Order: sequence, then C-alpha cells, then structure tokens
Amino acid sequence: MGEKVKKIVKTIRVDLDKCNGCRGCEIACSAYHATPKYSAMNPSRSRIRVVMDQFNDEYVPIRATDYAKAGCDGRRIYTIKGKQYSECSFCGTICPTREMFFDPDSGLPLQCDLCADEKEPLCTQACPQGCLTYVEMEVEEEDKEEVKMDEMELGMKALLDKFGVQKVADTFNRIAQKG
Amino acid sequence: MRYAEAGYNLEVDLSTGNIERVETDPKLMETHLGGQGVNAKIIWDRVKPDTKPFSEDNLLIFGAGLLHATPVVGCNRTSVNTINPMTGIFGHSCMGGHFGPELKHAGYDRIIIRGRAPKLVYLYIHNERVEIRDASHLAGKGPGETTSLVREELNEPFAQVACIGLAGENKVLTASVEHGYSSASRGPGPIMGDKRLKAIVVRGTKDINIAHPQELFELCLRMKKWINDSNGCGDWMAVDEDDSFHHNNFAWGYSRTRIKNYWSEELQDRWTHWKYDNMDRQAGCYNCPKGCINVISWPGTKRFGYKCYGKDTYHMAAFKELDYTYGMLGQCLDWGVDSYSTPQAISLGIELYDSGVLTDQDIPNFPTDPGERVKFLLEKIVHREGIGDILANGSWWASRMIPGAESFEHNTVKKMEQLPIKLGKLNPAYYLMIATGEKMAITQIEGSFPQDPIRDPVKRKEFVDNWDAAPYQKFKDMFMNWEKRDQISIEDTCALTDWNEAMHYIDDSTGLCGFVSSFRGQFGGQVAYSFNNVPELITLATGMEMDKEGLWEICRRNRDLVRCINNRLGMRRVDDDPPKDHWAVRDPELEEKLLDAYYDFRGWTKDAVPTKAELHRVGLDYVADELIQLGILDPNEGTPAQEAAKAEEQKSGGC
Repeated sequence: MGEKVKKIVKTIRVDLDKCNGCRGCEIACSAYHATPKYSAMNPSRSRIRVVMDQFNDEYVPIRATDYAKAGCDGRRIYTIKGKQYSECSFCGTICPTREMFFDPDSGLPLQCDLCADEKEPLCTQACPQGCLTYVEMEVEEEDKEEVKMDEMELGMKALLDKFGVQKVADTFNRIAQKG
Repeated sequence: MRYAEAGYNLEVDLSTGNIERVETDPKLMETHLGGQGVNAKIIWDRVKPDTKPFSEDNLLIFGAGLLHATPVVGCNRTSVNTINPMTGIFGHSCMGGHFGPELKHAGYDRIIIRGRAPKLVYLYIHNERVEIRDASHLAGKGPGETTSLVREELNEPFAQVACIGLAGENKVLTASVEHGYSSASRGPGPIMGDKRLKAIVVRGTKDINIAHPQELFELCLRMKKWINDSNGCGDWMAVDEDDSFHHNNFAWGYSRTRIKNYWSEELQDRWTHWKYDNMDRQAGCYNCPKGCINVISWPGTKRFGYKCYGKDTYHMAAFKELDYTYGMLGQCLDWGVDSYSTPQAISLGIELYDSGVLTDQDIPNFPTDPGERVKFLLEKIVHREGIGDILANGSWWASRMIPGAESFEHNTVKKMEQLPIKLGKLNPAYYLMIATGEKMAITQIEGSFPQDPIRDPVKRKEFVDNWDAAPYQKFKDMFMNWEKRDQISIEDTCALTDWNEAMHYIDDSTGLCGFVSSFRGQFGGQVAYSFNNVPELITLATGMEMDKEGLWEICRRNRDLVRCINNRLGMRRVDDDPPKDHWAVRDPELEEKLLDAYYDFRGWTKDAVPTKAELHRVGLDYVADELIQLGILDPNEGTPAQEAAKAEEQKSGGC
C-alpha cells in the first residue's frame, strides 16, 4: 500500500443547465491545440464536443478523457427530467464506435490535456455562460506514479491498435531508412 | 491562399442530378463580402427577369456569411435567397443556428440550387461527398423528426439540418425553412417545396484559413465575455417579461384593434409563470453566449423554441392569451410556417367570414371561438384544403382571389404582410424605412438609430457620450438636437435610414446576428458590432484592408444591386408605399418630399431606380447597361434634384 498524499486534481465542472449550445468551447479548444496555434478553429478537431439534440433539449459538453481501442457494451438509456440520454452522451472515451475525438485528417485520437500551459483551459475561458468551470480540488490519495501518455504515444497506440505491431514496425523501419 | 472564405460554391441541379464544386472569384469578397451580398450578385447574373418563382430556373441559395467559421462571436446567420413567390421580388431571408458555419467547414461558401427534383429528395453533404437522396420516407414530417431520421440513417450525429415541414412541401407562401429552433421565412420555404427538396444535411470537418488568427481569436474571446455580460446585446424579451409594448400598442385580430390598457401586473405574473414553469432552457446559436431562444415543453404539444415577438402573434390574432400561443407553436414549428405572416392571412379569413364575404359554403363547419377558428384555418392552409388553398398565398393574394375581398386587405407592403402596427401621426423615418425597404419586415431595416428621442437633456447627453456604435459625429449631433419624434429634418431622416439599412447589409453579408448588431443598437445604443469595429474584424479574418468608408461603400453597392434586381422585376416608386392605414394621419406632401430626398440621397431616379452615375460610382456599370438596354433606366436621367434643376433650366431657357 502506498502512502496517502495530498494532491491537486484539475478538472472541468459541467453545469448542463447552463449550456446554451453555442459550441464556443469547441472553437476555442481547436484553436488552442492547432499547430501552429490558432491556425484552425474547427469544431471537428476539438477535444471537447457538445453532444446536442435541440429537439430533445439535450446539450452535453463532454471532453475526450481516455483512449480505448474497442467500444464498450454501454448502450444504456437514461431518463433525466423526462429527457432521454444515451450513455454515450456522457462518456469521454475516445472509442471507435463514434466519429468523435479523432482528427478528421489523420484519424488519430485527440485527447483533452486541460490546456496544460494555460492558467485555465481555453474551453472554460470561452464559456462566460458558466456551463464549464475550471476547478482545482485538493484530494488525498495513494502516492503512485501516474504514467500519462503524451500526444505522440497516444497516436502511436492508436496506430498499433489499428494496424498491429508488425505492420507499424515495418512501416517505421522503411520510412526511417529513407531518411 | 483564401482567407475567411472556403473559396468554393456547391452547384446542385435537382432536375438533372448534376452536382459541381465550383471555385469562386476572390474579387467577389472585395465587392460584395459574402452572404446575401454575393447571393444577390448571383441572382442578378443568373435569374432572368422573366423567370417565374415556381420554375426550374429560379435559384435557391443558402449563403454562409463571410465571417462564418471564424471566431467572430454571434456570427451565424445564413442568408437564404431566391425570388420570393409572394412578392415576386428578391426574397430576403436569413436564419440563425449552426448551418452556415458547418457549410463553410464542409468547404463551401454557399449552395446554389436550381431545377426541380422528380420526387421528394434531400441533399447530403459531407465535405466533398455530396449526394441527392430519396426523401419519400420524410414526406410530411416536421423538422424534429426529419432531423433525427436523417442523422441516424447517415450516422451523422453532428450534421446540421435545414428542412421544410408540410407547409413548405405544399408550397404555402408563408412557409419557412426550419433549422433547429431557427427558421428562414419570407420566400425560401415554398421554393424549397417547389424544388421537392425536403432537407439539406451538412457536415464539415475542414479548416477555414484566417489571415490574423491569433489577434482575431484573442479579440473575440474578450468580446464574448463582453457580449455575455452586456444588456445591450441579445433579445431582451428573453429576460424582460414586461411585454406591454406589443400588447398595448400593436393591433390585434386582423391588425385592426388596439387594446391600449391591456397589460397588467396580474397578467404579467401569470404569463411569467406559464413561461418559466414550462421552460427547459434559453438556447443560443453558434458561438453566441446569449440565450435568445426560449425552449418550452408545453403539455400536449411538441417541444418548441421561439424568440422575440414570435410568442405573441397567434394569440393576438385570436384575442387570446399566451397559453394559447404556447399550445400552438409546437405544431406550427412542426408544419414549418412563419409566425409573422401566417396569423395575418388567417385573421383576414376570419374577418372576411364575419363580413359575409366568405360564407359557410366557403368555410363549412367553421367554429365560433376565435381561437378554434385560427387553428381551423391554419390546418386548412398547411394542407391547402378548401379556403386554405387560397389563404395559403398570403393576405394580399388571397384578397385578390376572393371576390369582394380586395378592399379588406390593408397590411401589406409589396404584397407581403407587415407587423400589425397602426399608429397616429406619420413618423418620417419609419415612413422611409417601411416604404423603401426591400426586406419586407421592418425589423430587418430599422435598428441603429433610436426609435425615440430622449427628452431629458442630461440623460440624452449621457447616452450620446456613451454611444460607441455611432459611426460619425453627425449622428450624435442629430440625436442631441432631436426632441420630438416627428420633428426631424428630411436630410437627417435620409441619413439615419441609410445607417439603419447599411448595418443590416453588413449583417446579411458577414453573417452577424441583428441582436448583437444591426437591430439591437436602437435600444440602448450599447451593441457589440458597428461600423467602428466590423472593419477591423473583416481585416483580421480576411487580410483585406477595410475601413468604415470602404465598408459603407460595399453596403451601398449591395443595396443598389438588390434594388436593381427588383427594378428589373418591375418594382418602381409606386411600390415604395407603406400600408395606407399604418398612420391615421398621413402627410402626402411630406411623403413625396421624403421619397424625392431619399432617392436623391441614394442616387436613384425619381422612379426609384439607381441612376447610371450611381451604378458607375459603386462599380455596377454592367447592371446599368442591362437596365438601359431593357428600357428600365434612361441613361441621361439623374436623381430627382438633378431632374428638377434640369427642368428649371429648360424653363428659363438656359443661359
């Protein structure tokens, strides 16, 4: 058992009732993460998406949190205040069952990093309505070293999942040899 | 590299099924910006004056604004233009929501639709992939069902959908195009129906290049917060429950009856409960923090969204209360009818029945309760059944089709219903705007200069000192010297009409919403966008040099072009005429003077056609040439003032 230590956990709190469906969070996220920065302001590259169905009054901003190479069995339907939501509406997993959180050109996963270099993530900065708020919570938990994949590792993992180790290795070697 | 624009149009011929992606001329952005500006240019070039609205040759254009898909806040209104079958002239129409930005991300600045499909179809666009697909299973379905069905069958949960309901399919002239809780009225609904195009489904994942992205992004992030916090932006009717203005001042029924002391605290309290007890949320449009759309779940009806005065029109037509309208709007949205013009066509029908012009033979089983009557006629109109088949053409046409009905029709301009406003003394500025505007709704013409003077000189000065939206000092001086509503010089009236209109022409070409721009400034002056900052935004987005004067010049060009399209379709001075009873006290002499002065100001002839010199000035020589060739414009004719001077000179024999 590891020792318990105090940690600051950063997260984004979502108040669904305050979302007006403007999708400013998507614009800001994609702008910040574009290379070069601000070179694209394109919701389909965003790491936060508003899952939206106006006629069902459904507005759920979800951010890409984890990567999974396969979909889950989660197809539950939840009814909240008389409105039906699919389980996917609240799920931040980057999974192959939906076309969300994948770069539209490369097909590689896009993961939320809470805009690590900023004092506050861009999506919360772009949400004066107060649906998204940035919070830092102090929690006490076991001290274990967290290994978090960086963007390249995540992309590599997705390629390995898609094409298999051998094919990726062959391709890598071929390209590397060409210099 | 193209900035702010996608650089391509999507050309769709529904008759042949031909689809083309056509690169556009970058110069058009410099001359017309985008949105309605460029749409008008295309309609001038390609829709010949003998084209009937309901013909394969009429175009239906969904145009994204120049600043769509940039971070500019509150920029999301899509211009939908065609020849409006009700008026027979250029149809001005636009809708909020998410459609235009999505279209830009799909790689197109606009969709140009011509022809007519052999059966009901919908158009599916995902970037370069474009398909015309069967829509027979969507026939008769409302926007809610249509949207979810197409999203599901295409596996496109993020696609944006614009569609028509049953009214559009049946070519009801007051039908609108529906997109979420936004809609485009005044023309495109019935044209979409005529083309047998049920829906357009668009999904885009491509980038739009921006000339100075970081500066624009940072500026917009600041503006977003400002707009969110500002009381000077958005629809104040979403938050202010005192709606005495419309109920005490606008006319009820068939725009005949004013109930001056209608509003009361007790009523406001009751209505406020109806609203908030049944409200799901106040929703917004793409990249706008405001919540102008009230989303209501009313027992027994489909969920609906409305904004502004849209909540009043049905119960005011039926002499009922808000709960009546709430009971109607879900169905109206589902059928896809415009809530401004439709209730007036209905209430004309009721008046004709009460007057004996229509009888039980014309309307069998007509109920007695006015609320039931409105519902009864609405259903007939949407299905084009019986008398509904006539009323579906709007009140102007219906009154000409029903023997003995013409003298009853009293509230149209250029054949289209106007807001039910009946006032006392002529208001010069409103006379000019209602008479000469071609957008067929005063809310699309008025908006920057306040409607009324501020009596208290201290408060007036305070207003002027904080009035950042005023483009020039002359407007501040005008306002400082303005004390009584109808006492304003002709010269000033022309200038403020021009400013009001120009702001709308900015919005229609850039895609900005009137609630953060053209319409909202008149109430409080603290609006987000004006001639003082839009040029900078255009420069940052497009890289094109722009200043106040340059922007005004483009507005003038776009304004002249719309006028010329309509001149070519037969419109003249005689059509620049408000409803006869809009004001009880008219002043024909002053009205003629106002028109003359305004035409002078605009560089239009006495018969309301832009002069050759004016068209040369705005770079529309090719338009002048055609108008001259068609005999619509005399190349030697000047403005009324020049003509008067010429006549004077001839009288004196010259010197």
